[in-house]
Order: sequence, then structure tokens, then C-alpha cells
Amino acid sequence: MSDQSVIHHVPLPEGSIQKQTTTMNLGPTHPATHGVFQNVVELDGETIVDTEQTVGYIHRAFEKLAERRPLYQVTPITDRLNYCSSPLNNMGWHTTCEKLLGIQTPKRVDYLRVIIMELARIADHLICNSIVGVDTGAYTGFLYVMQYRELIYEIYEEVCGSRLTTNIGRIGGFERNFNDIAFTKIEKFLKEYPLVLKEFENLFSRNRIFMDRTQGTGAISAERALAYSFTGPNLRAAGVDYDVRVAKPYSSYEDFQFEIPVGTTGDNYDRFMVRNGEMWQSLSIIEQAMQKLAQFKGTEADVYHADVPEYYLPEKKDVYTKMEALIWHFKIIMGEIEMPKGEVYHAVEGANGELGYYLISDGGRTPYRLHFRRPCFIYYQAYPELVKGAMLSDAIVTMSSLNLIAGELDA
Amino acid sequence: MGLTYETIQEKLNDKFGADNFQWENTYDQLTVTAPKELNLKILQFLFEDDTLAFRFLTDICAVHYPDNTGAELAVVYHLHNLVENVRLRMKVFTAIEKPDVYTATSLFPGANWMERETYDFYGINFVGHPKLKRILNVDEMDYFPLRKEYPLEDQSRIDKDDEMFGRGGSYN
Repeated sequence: MSDQSVIHHVPLPEGSIQKQTTTMNLGPTHPATHGVFQNVVELDGETIVDTEQTVGYIHRAFEKLAERRPLYQVTPITDRLNYCSSPLNNMGWHTTCEKLLGIQTPKRVDYLRVIIMELARIADHLICNSIVGVDTGAYTGFLYVMQYRELIYEIYEEVCGSRLTTNIGRIGGFERNFNDIAFTKIEKFLKEYPLVLKEFENLFSRNRIFMDRTQGTGAISAERALAYSFTGPNLRAAGVDYDVRVAKPYSSYEDFQFEIPVGTTGDNYDRFMVRNGEMWQSLSIIEQAMQKLAQFKGTEADVYHADVPEYYLPEKKDVYTKMEALIWHFKIIMGEIEMPKGEVYHAVEGANGELGYYLISDGGRTPYRLHFRRPCFIYYQAYPELVKGAMLSDAIVTMSSLNLIAGELDA
Repeated sequence: MGLTYETIQEKLNDKFGADNFQWENTYDQLTVTAPKELNLKILQFLFEDDTLAFRFLTDICAVHYPDNTGAELAVVYHLHNLVENVRLRMKVFTAIEKPDVYTATSLFPGANWMERETYDFYGINFVGHPKLKRILNVDEMDYFPLRKEYPLEDQSRIDKDDEMFGRGGSYN
């Protein structure tokens, strides 16, 4: 039988670290972090004493790249910000360009955009919320709703041909009109998804285990959230009803009736509930948009882009038959279109909050400077404050309920 | 809307003197250019004044104008009064040799990473920042990549003898 006390008197080898707490690397590629996030966590037992985030693992210099690209080539860059809801980023970029170029889009284009944007919001929120479920031990919901993200992706596919990094739409409108399959799929989604969402809510919102894991963890007060420049669902969960769609409507959001769900405590549970509430609102917005679209008759029902030949790529059949279209086609593709001089800041309500584009043009062919206000990057700095004193397992849930997307974080 | 652009202009001119500011209203957005020594005082005044109440910091970023001798770098603040729903853009210019600008972290904790990002890419030295180090780039980097002296590849360059990319080579 060895004497325990003897062990303590053995001197530690040279260079050993002597301290009361444990330092642990969480990430950068840990399965529980859903992305490339590294946190150096200082643990006392299982309680977090302090944590420091490292960001930038997938930094791709988007702002620099954008300085050498004509406007239409920046769209694929925006895809890769928050890749769970690329269409929102694309539309944000198109509306920014339209603001700079002074393009007025037809109402039908706005409504089509609203449909796509709200579908993207649902896709983003359902991933975030079901991932919160996964991290609290409930895999079922995640697998169940995945089928409906697939349906949303199929709708994107009908409109633009791609699924994840969509590059959807063009400056001035869409690349083509929505086809009948797209509308049928949207209707199918509107019919089926509410039942699924209801079931998803039944699974979680009054589930004792889920409530115990999420209520009171990762909480932030409204004052602190504002001080940290929170936006989006995370700010609304703390009780501030700021939503860019209402504060500064774009793409004709002023024509729609919807509510802004808010929480009270700003904890993980409230964030979950706010996102669920927003999905219901998004469904209602899409329904309203479909009704508005049905009112366009005759030639009006074929409008899917503004009449701006300088910026909107002409149809291929026109390129082959019309001189004008051929000229514009080449000028646009080669990036030989000069932009007006000016500075705009334009924001849209992304899935994570205020997604802003600060675009400076010096009258050249590419942006002089483009800065993305990435909501994720801004609110992630509050993470140590949210998890200090919490259990390690709660920190994981907090991280997923903040909806951190590495692409948006690292630009 | 209670808070108008005229009120903002008047209040700031009264407090700090009209000589200090240049005002601009483009694309329906009021922009004020202020001296860099006053940036923190102005931000604090905008924050604390009950009428102005610009208490939400939307964004901080920088811009490089290499031809603007003596004031090559601009730091751009986007402020938001959420109650009145009014935005204000503020710019301060600084020389590239000594890019010192006071930090806004004491007013807005959220400014911390925004300023680190701005430092990372433009080398703006935010005086008083609690931890001014690179954030997205590697720590060993010894230059500020978004400055204009580091141009991206010129698409029309001819020194690249690369048939694989369809440029130059034997096809020319």
C-alpha cells in the first residue's frame, strides 16, 4: 500500500505547470463546436473560470478580394459569409449595389426576394435550433427537420441551380423567373412545414430536460447585449425589439404584416424560442408574398428584373441575336462598367442580425473599399462573459445557441 | 422622428465649434468628419447627450487613401440611435506614419474586436485599447494587408507565362 502523502512530496519535473486550474483547448476542430472555433478554456473542475477565443482559422480576405472584382463577382464571396443562409447575404449585397446605383426594383422582384430571404431565414434558424437540441442530447429533432431544409434547398435549386453557396439573383432582380416547379415546392413547403415545426416545438419547448439545460444558461441582459452591439435573434431574446426589416425596410418589407418575437432573459432558452417564433413569422410572410404575387396578371407576372441593361446581364438568346445585348453582355462580364462615385452603408436583417455592407466607390469598376458588418464576429466577443462561471457542457450549448457560423465570423 | 440631421449638426457645432467638422449628406446618410484628437470626446458626447443618444455602435472600419498626404487612413464609425432610429457616420483621418486614434472600448465594449480587426488590417493604433493584437491574421504577420500598397494580382499582367490559366503562353 503506497502512502498518498509521499506522492505529494515528490518534486515535479523541471518546467511543469503548477496551478489550481486546468487549461483546456476546446477546438479548433471539436465535433461539439460545429465549425472551426478554438477556445482556450480555464477550468476549475467542470466550471469555467475564463475563456479566450481564437478566431480567423478560415479567414479568406474577402474584403481585399472584393477590391479587385466587379460588383457581380462579389456575390459569390457573400455566399461564403453565413453559408447557412447564403441567399440572405446575396440579397443584402444586391440591395446594397442597387442603393449605390440608384436602381428601383419592381414590386414583383421584391416579393420574390422576400420569399427567398424568408426561406433562407427558416433554413438557418431550423439548423441552429435543432443543433441546440443535438447539444442537449436530442438528436431526433435535427434529423427530422433536415428533410425540410432539403426542400428549401430544392427550391433554391429551381431558382438558381445551386443549393448551399447559392449566388442567387442578380443586381436588379433574378437571373430567371421562378418556374412552376419552384412555386409548387414553395406551396408544398408552406403546407407541410407548419406541422413539422409544431412537432419540433412539442419535442423541445416544454421538455423538462431541455428546459433545465437551457434556461438560465448563457444569459445576457439587454444593456450588456446593446453594449456589445448584439443584433438579430440574440438581441431580441434579451428583450430589445430591433429588427432591420422594420427599422429600415428594404425589398418592400413595409408591405408585410409580421410580429417581432422577443424574449426577456436573453438565455439559451429565449434564443431558442425567439428563433422558433421567427420561423412562424417567416412562414406568414411567405404566405403573404405568395398572395401578393398572385395579384400580378398578364405581362406583369413575367417581370423578374428591373430594366437596367448596364448592370443586369441580358438573356442568352438576346446576346445571340441583338447587338445591344451582346455589347452589354461583354461589358458586364469583363467588368468594364463604371460605378457612380459614392459611399453607402446598407444593412439587411440576416439570420444572425444586422448584416451590413459598407461600400465605397471611387467611380471605378470595382469597389474602392468594401466592409462587411458581420453580426457573428461582433457578438462572439461577449462569449467569455456569457459562459464565465458556467459548466463546460453549458458553454457548448451557449455556443450553438448563439448561432456562430465560422464563415461569417472569419470573413 | 424627433431627431433630425439639423439637430445633430447644431448640437455638435455648439459643443465643439463648427470649424472642427465637415458635414456631408449623401445617399440620405449624414456623415461628419472630425479631428482625430476629438474622436473619443465626440463619441462620448453623442453617447451621453439625452437628445442625441447614439448609444449603439454598429460598426468600426478603416479606409486607406494613399494620395491623401498627411491623412492617409480614415477610421469610420457607424453609430445608431435605436430609439429615434437615426444613423450617423463619423470619420476621423490620421497620418499613416503615426496612426494613433483613441479607442472607443470604454464607451462600447463591443468596439474591442472591431478595433482589433481594424488594427489587424490597417495598423490603426487604438490608444488605450485593452488588448490590441491581431485577430483574423496570424500574429507573426508584419504588414497590414488591406492597405493599398499591397495590390492584388492584376488580371492583365503579362509576366505570367501560364497556359493552364489561359493567359499569355503560347496562345499569344
